[in-house]
Amino acid sequence: MRLIEWIDARFPLSKLVNAHLSEYYAPKNFNFWYFFGSLALLILVLQIVTGIFLTMHYKPDAELAFASVEYIMRDVEWGWLIRYLHSTGASAFFIVIYLHMFRGLIYGSYKEPRELVWIFGMLIYLALMAEAFMGYLLPWGQMSYWGAQVITSLFGAIPYIGEGLALWIRGDFVVADATLNRFFAFHVIAVPLVLVGLVGAHIMALHEVGSNNPDGVEIKKTKDKQGLPLDGIAFHPYYSVKDLVGIIVFLFIFSIILFYMPEFGGWFLEKDNFIPANPLQTPEHIVPVWYFTPFYAILRAVPDKLFGVMAMGGAIVVLFLIPWLDRSPVKSIRYRGPLFKIALTVFIISFLTLGYLGTQPATGLYTLLAQIFSILYFAFFFLMPIYTSLDKDKPVPDRVT
Amino acid sequence: MTNTVDTDKRRFLTNATTVVGSIGAVAVAIPFISSMSPSAKARAAGAPVEVDISKLEIGQLLTIEWRGKPVWIFRRSEESLSTLATLTAELRDPHSDEVDQQPDCCKNDARSIRDDLMVLVGICTHLGCAPTYRPDLAPEDLGPDWKGGFFCPCHGSKFDLAGRVYQSVPAPTNLVVPPHYFINEHQLLIGEEAKGIA
Repeated sequence: MRLIEWIDARFPLSKLVNAHLSEYYAPKNFNFWYFFGSLALLILVLQIVTGIFLTMHYKPDAELAFASVEYIMRDVEWGWLIRYLHSTGASAFFIVIYLHMFRGLIYGSYKEPRELVWIFGMLIYLALMAEAFMGYLLPWGQMSYWGAQVITSLFGAIPYIGEGLALWIRGDFVVADATLNRFFAFHVIAVPLVLVGLVGAHIMALHEVGSNNPDGVEIKKTKDKQGLPLDGIAFHPYYSVKDLVGIIVFLFIFSIILFYMPEFGGWFLEKDNFIPANPLQTPEHIVPVWYFTPFYAILRAVPDKLFGVMAMGGAIVVLFLIPWLDRSPVKSIRYRGPLFKIALTVFIISFLTLGYLGTQPATGLYTLLAQIFSILYFAFFFLMPIYTSLDKDKPVPDRVT
Repeated sequence: MTNTVDTDKRRFLTNATTVVGSIGAVAVAIPFISSMSPSAKARAAGAPVEVDISKLEIGQLLTIEWRGKPVWIFRRSEESLSTLATLTAELRDPHSDEVDQQPDCCKNDARSIRDDLMVLVGICTHLGCAPTYRPDLAPEDLGPDWKGGFFCPCHGSKFDLAGRVYQSVPAPTNLVVPPHYFINEHQLLIGEEAKGIA
């Protein structure tokens, strides 16, 4: 008996491979935007592997943490490479995830029947933000420390239970050794387990309903005599090979940053974080890492503690609701009317501008701009049921083009 | 004996098992959740701190650590004390009506026991940054009306020299005055109020 048959009688190996790779039919018209799912998976693996090796040398102790990161950078064989892979990987993860989410927005990949694919994806995004935030505390630099102090204080804005909750999260009256130790536990065990589970659910939900495509046409509607979609091709070998090309291009760019500008001018590793944490002195200009700045700008735009925190949280919560806010029957931007195209453009400009404003001091004109763009950000979501119903959509073809 | 199934009994047993099991699950969660609260060691580090203030000059600010937080002790001049009253209209809580922000003994215009000597927890009531001490009058970045006080670099909150918050800044309340008392003329104790004084 062949080995594969022996295994298949005991574990559904061939069945799994077939269902998810060689007999998973994906639309034949995937374009550039469809690289980012598999790239995100690649980075997840990269972060887990480099993370495991970093924990072999890192010390989650307020007295030792900063020095242990420097030890990894200077004394551990190839330690600098592993650490820079991990820190650059974190920013690359968010770049890829933001592009992946943008793809979902332009091609309506969140719409029926893919609502749960989108929800699982959003949960992954949330877990990823928690993972990145807690990981950023670990080097125990000034920006690590004060960033954590600010974000844990956000919970203090909740009426009645807030202060107690913030105290419970920190495990001390301010961010301290207890906080570092537990963030380490969450960063290396708890959140990664959740992330891997959610990625599994995201892919299972996707493979249940099938991938969307740049035309937003359901390929399952037109099948051949064997019951296979006419416009579908097997994921493996067609897309596994195509994704390899994407991975090679990604690794080119990633390597250039990794080897020639790993701090990326203070955007990936902030300059203040090369100063050890000092609980008695806040840096002059405190900013989160770039991937949080749009939400940080929204927080600062509201001149009230509780409403500021609610606006920031709300900016993420509304993303979960898109599948129900969008009333248009058309998925892809190719066949959408002008209203959606304008709204999406305004939204992207708002998101990028808020991201820039979040890195700037919160004074005068900058605050005013942050307020204007925060309103535009929310308008994209709250007005969506209106402009998607009124929009003059174009006819959608039956088959992919 | 009949073979009929007593579904009511089954439902009762299922519900009873679910309830007991849920109570057990909640009970087991308590130790884990409690373990994340500040430990006995962290709470003990909240013990009061004694400070020698005999060498503190007028205008000088001393930062000490209490409960891991920065605590400022600084001496105000007669002039800066006299400006405090003029700021009332620009402040959110000029008379310290917000109860939790200071012990009762400091609920006065200067927010202090001894007029000249101010004690404050140096943590912004917005999101926990440490504001900067800016006793200078009318500096370029803070404008010509600046009478001296504290400026938070994180989100631009402003406080006067009694730690009172200005209007239309993100911080909602005045800076916290920690419990403290004078042991004698030169010794200050941070973290406890004077005993026996009602």
